[in-house]
Amino acid sequence: MNAVAPFARLRPLGKLHVRTVTLAHGGGGKAMRDLIDDVFVAAFDNPALAPLEDQARFDLAALAAHGDRLAFTTDSFVVDPLFFPGGDIGKLAVCGTVNDLAVGGARPLYLSCAAIIEEGVTVDLLRQVAGSMAATAREAGVEIVTGDTKVVHRGACDKLFLTTSGIGVIPEGRVLGAHLARPGDVVLVNGLLGDHGAAILCARGDMALETPIESDCAPLHGLIEALLAAAPGVRFMRDATRGGLATVLNEIADASGVSIQIEEAATPIRGEVKAFCEILGLDPLYLANEGKIVVIAPPQQAEVALAALRGHPLGAEAAIIGRIGEGGEAGRVTMHTVFGGWRIVDMLVGEQLPRIC
Amino acid sequence: MKYLDEFRDGAKARVLLREIETLVASMDIPARRPLHIMEVCGGHTHSIFRYGLEGMLPDAIELVHGPGCPVCVLPMGRIDDCVSIARRPEVIFTTFGDAMRVPGSKLSLLQARAGGADVRMVYSPMDALSLARANPDREVVFFGLGFETTMPSTALTILQAESDGVANFSVFCNHITIVPTIKAILDSPDLQLDGFLGPGHVSMVIGAAPYEFIADYYRKPMVVAGFEPLDILQSIWMVIKQIKEGRAEVENQYARIVPYDGNEPALAAVSRVYELREFFEWRGLGSIDHSGVKLREAYATFDAERKFAIPGIKIADPKACQCGEVLKGVIKPWQCKVFGTACTPETPLGALMVSSEGACAAYIQYGGGKPRVAAA
Repeated sequence: MNAVAPFARLRPLGKLHVRTVTLAHGGGGKAMRDLIDDVFVAAFDNPALAPLEDQARFDLAALAAHGDRLAFTTDSFVVDPLFFPGGDIGKLAVCGTVNDLAVGGARPLYLSCAAIIEEGVTVDLLRQVAGSMAATAREAGVEIVTGDTKVVHRGACDKLFLTTSGIGVIPEGRVLGAHLARPGDVVLVNGLLGDHGAAILCARGDMALETPIESDCAPLHGLIEALLAAAPGVRFMRDATRGGLATVLNEIADASGVSIQIEEAATPIRGEVKAFCEILGLDPLYLANEGKIVVIAPPQQAEVALAALRGHPLGAEAAIIGRIGEGGEAGRVTMHTVFGGWRIVDMLVGEQLPRIC
Repeated sequence: MKYLDEFRDGAKARVLLREIETLVASMDIPARRPLHIMEVCGGHTHSIFRYGLEGMLPDAIELVHGPGCPVCVLPMGRIDDCVSIARRPEVIFTTFGDAMRVPGSKLSLLQARAGGADVRMVYSPMDALSLARANPDREVVFFGLGFETTMPSTALTILQAESDGVANFSVFCNHITIVPTIKAILDSPDLQLDGFLGPGHVSMVIGAAPYEFIADYYRKPMVVAGFEPLDILQSIWMVIKQIKEGRAEVENQYARIVPYDGNEPALAAVSRVYELREFFEWRGLGSIDHSGVKLREAYATFDAERKFAIPGIKIADPKACQCGEVLKGVIKPWQCKVFGTACTPETPLGALMVSSEGACAAYIQYGGGKPRVAAA
């Protein structure tokens, strides 16, 4: 972690010698500066961050070269456990915000990162998370340009909470919106659903189930650029995170005042995730994803959109799963089951709870 | 998925549906009085809605969604008791996930947890026992809940705790039994049922033999049914065939899992640990004789009811609720006065709105596939 690119060398590194974080590291003094320098600045290393001003500064003309509108978003990450198959809280914090920008049609550029650290967390753990954030940011082509750390008493937070905010620029002419779905439009997803939710539930370990399921956590800006290049008529995209596919579909149906019908047989879900849900009485349509988007495209561009998604490594299992209804009750999402019947796919009332038997 | 996809085959479903339609067409069923078949078990209710089965059946068949959702039928007073135990500072209160949301008269367990009680979700009573071993300075209480399906696992956990000498583990026993409940439904004067789908998982433990009285005494057909959609369709066909042929028998569609005489070791554990209560209070159905069990005197040290002072206050069901009439097939869920208005999955008044296995919540969550439901 001490192998650092030039910018951070404005201040010497290697001053942090303790193994665990204490309240002293949140006190605003030398200890805090050492922690920020040695862990975060060293990992995120870039010219905007290096001066360590209270704010990152951008050249407006350079931003404007990317498009005509700014996109700005924020998200907090409190995942338990911090490390899970397929990712960790750091990767998640970068992907989540990158994806929230990208689904709006924006090119993600800059991120901020605020960390709330529970005293007693090891410095090694923080280095690992910061390293993962840096690697993911590089992969996503974004820079983490400003940040904050706070240390709180034991019990005041669960090990580590991260908040990332992001700025992106939307190229001219791109207009996407949840209210733009029209009857006849098709519904696509870029791959297998429910992996992240299932991986996290398994990783918590209280299920005593061992599965090979990994989180699908990934930055989707590249896939989305490819999609929009091939199918510029795409009406809307949203990443199907908390609440899963079912929640996003209901949001679209509500915002556009349309009904949506999906085909269970066409909806891609890994066999292991299906089996996991069978055992626990969960519904995979409501499981979280961290690398999956729901796309609404006009019927004429359905096939090119599908081909564009499938042509990208993060969309190999993409599928057309349904349609915006020509009639039907506005706001209602229904699914044609593999068995031939119809069921409503409603919003969850609260958290999804395993069934007793 | 092997052993599951075979039982969800849409092509086979179409064949079975044609058979059911042919059978029904050959019978003289008046339009104003369709056949009422009750699925006793909440697991069946869940499958029926999950696969949209109700909308696939001919109009001459109506499914009545029975009392077999153990989470739904818990009376408010028992949840109040849970909350009172869970709030004790020394207690870690453990429960199956879907009992967390069941409303008590003031709080659910989920709300009690938000208020500081140490309430934890477990997937098996053995997880609760492990928690007790890991926290010797705390009292770990398991919320024993469910029909005969979950009764043996609680019993075996108590036996394990006894043999390992785990003193800080106890069970708040709310296990209930299915047979007295079916009998109570059959005895009700406004009964409108023509046949039953028997609960597959309960029967895996108790067998099919205990249902013989339904056929012998009440002259109603009963088919013990599996939980996959083809299982349910086939069982419906078997019930109708009995009705058409004037038979009333106990048949076992779920023979791949259910032995006629039940599971002997499970039954042995059950009778070793529990004894019948004189009566047990059900949400929506009132008090039913011998419908619940408690721990025997020999296991008193593992009995949370004896270990802790429990208020045990009986809280009446809200007056507006018509759960009892829905359960007996007298009215359909959407005919209830408060369905979808005062009583919703967000703020359930009645038993059947509580868990997704409850008929009313299932109608709201999944719909029934028929036009009248879309309007609900």
